[in-house]
Amino acid sequence: MAAMPVQARMDISFDLLFNAIVAGLLLGGFYAAVTAGVSISFGMLDIVNIAHPGFIILGSYIAYFVNINFGVDPIVVSIIMLPIFFALGAFVYQVYYLSFERRGQESLRGLAFFFGLLFVTEVTLILVFGVDYRYVEASYIGPSLHFGIVDLPLRMLVPCLAALGLFAAIELFITRTFTGRAIMAVSQDQLALQLMAVDPIRIKRIAFGISIATAAVAGALLIIIQPVEPSVGREYIGRVFAICVLGGLGSMPGTLIAALLLGVVESLTATFYGPSWAPAVAFGFLLLTLAFRPAGLLGR
Amino acid sequence: MKAMSTAKFSLTAVATGALVMAFAHWFHVDYLFFASYTILQFIVLATAWNILGGYCGYVNFGSAAFFALGAYSSVALIKFDAEIDAWFPEGAANVLHHIFPLPIPVLILFGALVSGVVGFGMGYLTLRLRGSFFAIATLAMAVVLQTLIVNWDFVGGSRGAYIIRPDNLEFAGIEINYIEYLFALMLLLAVIALATARVIERSQLGFGFATIRDDELAAEACGVPTLRLKLIATTLSGAFMGMAGAPFPYYIGYLQPASAFGLEYAVNSIAMPMIGGTTSWVGPLVGAILLGSAQQYATVTISSAVNLLIVGLMLVAFVIIAPNGLIGLVQERLRRKQS
Repeated sequence: MAAMPVQARMDISFDLLFNAIVAGLLLGGFYAAVTAGVSISFGMLDIVNIAHPGFIILGSYIAYFVNINFGVDPIVVSIIMLPIFFALGAFVYQVYYLSFERRGQESLRGLAFFFGLLFVTEVTLILVFGVDYRYVEASYIGPSLHFGIVDLPLRMLVPCLAALGLFAAIELFITRTFTGRAIMAVSQDQLALQLMAVDPIRIKRIAFGISIATAAVAGALLIIIQPVEPSVGREYIGRVFAICVLGGLGSMPGTLIAALLLGVVESLTATFYGPSWAPAVAFGFLLLTLAFRPAGLLGR
Repeated sequence: MKAMSTAKFSLTAVATGALVMAFAHWFHVDYLFFASYTILQFIVLATAWNILGGYCGYVNFGSAAFFALGAYSSVALIKFDAEIDAWFPEGAANVLHHIFPLPIPVLILFGALVSGVVGFGMGYLTLRLRGSFFAIATLAMAVVLQTLIVNWDFVGGSRGAYIIRPDNLEFAGIEINYIEYLFALMLLLAVIALATARVIERSQLGFGFATIRDDELAAEACGVPTLRLKLIATTLSGAFMGMAGAPFPYYIGYLQPASAFGLEYAVNSIAMPMIGGTTSWVGPLVGAILLGSAQQYATVTISSAVNLLIVGLMLVAFVIIAPNGLIGLVQERLRRKQS
């Protein structure tokens, strides 16, 4: 290192920096897909679904199982799983509504309920699949595209594009359709919605179903990006809620910006300080946001 | 039910524990000490969780983090003792050797201080906002503290740290078996925690907590200093969890981040009060004894993963079906009998 000319060293660190930023943007796009569901449930419905990462990991394992046994592409699997996850989400919301929301006990018992769900999913996956890391096989895992000094690993690029597609679809659905607008409305004025002859519970059930359905896709993307074991989900709790809060509750564009920002900062941290520090970044983001701007970047 | 004075209550609790201890000592069953130490530890954790969760209605998912903070502050002090000669000039080292190694009660106080301060800080940052932010922040905190500990080589990092437990302890000329000593300390902590919870319940502080749980906005409007009360609760709750963790390195002998931050602490300290009943100090006690002994049994006979699954399923079932826990079920039964 010592013999290397100053100019060359500068170039290398510039390459490193640039690649870290690009990798961070790709990662951030993926984070946007992971957070989209929570942005709906927590941001719009005010349901603190901390079990969301559990559903994501469940999605990962389903993609893994089908991929290994039948050789189906993980993203295709996740699209097939969408209706099933939607139904699962609708069911979970129904239980949540009947047991907690209707009785006004969502703050303590509702949270404990979701915590229990997260825990049960994780332990069940451990019992079925063990604690080994699992991964999927697909043609785009491995090769990279090269543009000058920038490396674009397809393993990151494909999930990022899929994630952005998912994100755009949700944004369009919420802003353009009647049901989507009703979802936005239900977080603001339930009574007004009832006066429009819309059943708010039904709208919430649909919204929560969509939120869980996104977990199927996010899970498949996760297992493309990295090998997965059951407790990986816990790392995502901090990330997902940090992005959601930083972006501003219920704001989809805010969520996207926050996700990209967190991806870049995490990637820079991992490149220059070591990957073991990356999980701490999200928490720092969360605390700083809560301390200085609790409404988030684009909060109402 | 007639009300007992706090002194009488504590004496009864100590006497019950002493009875267990004498029993185990008489039969020379070390396993009984190990098993009941774990249960006592869960009594402290569950009671501590309930001070914030049951009385104020704020959920703390980071019990494992507070527990681990206590354990790792002990490890740090023990490791510090080993480095004294290398770090300090001879004079200062000699003085320090008189103080170190610190006795476990001092470690417990130190653990309480560290966890209490962290609890206060977390509360200060998040409790001014909507209730759920605190819960989310505690969840995230557990992950981050684990990251910090894994990267901190001084306390062993991800490799873990060995703590040598002396076989016996000389105390006023009497030799005491070390595991019995740890058991006695944890028994004392459990009594202190229960007595504190009981005192809070009957005091103005407890009524203040209850107003927060029932309707924070109304309480605030009536002039209840809600933020201050919530901070008292988080600090107390965190401090007790730290206390429960401080003797843990000596108990386990080899501490690694994965065991100190174990999921079983986070889930049990929520499940135990929820299953027992959150409104009074009896709930966490009952929950901890029932779930704690069941798990001790299940870990030996089935497997530890299955027993955690059972705890998780029970937690979900209880919050849905019996929101007031076992205590609530019993009270309901009594009320029905009377009418």
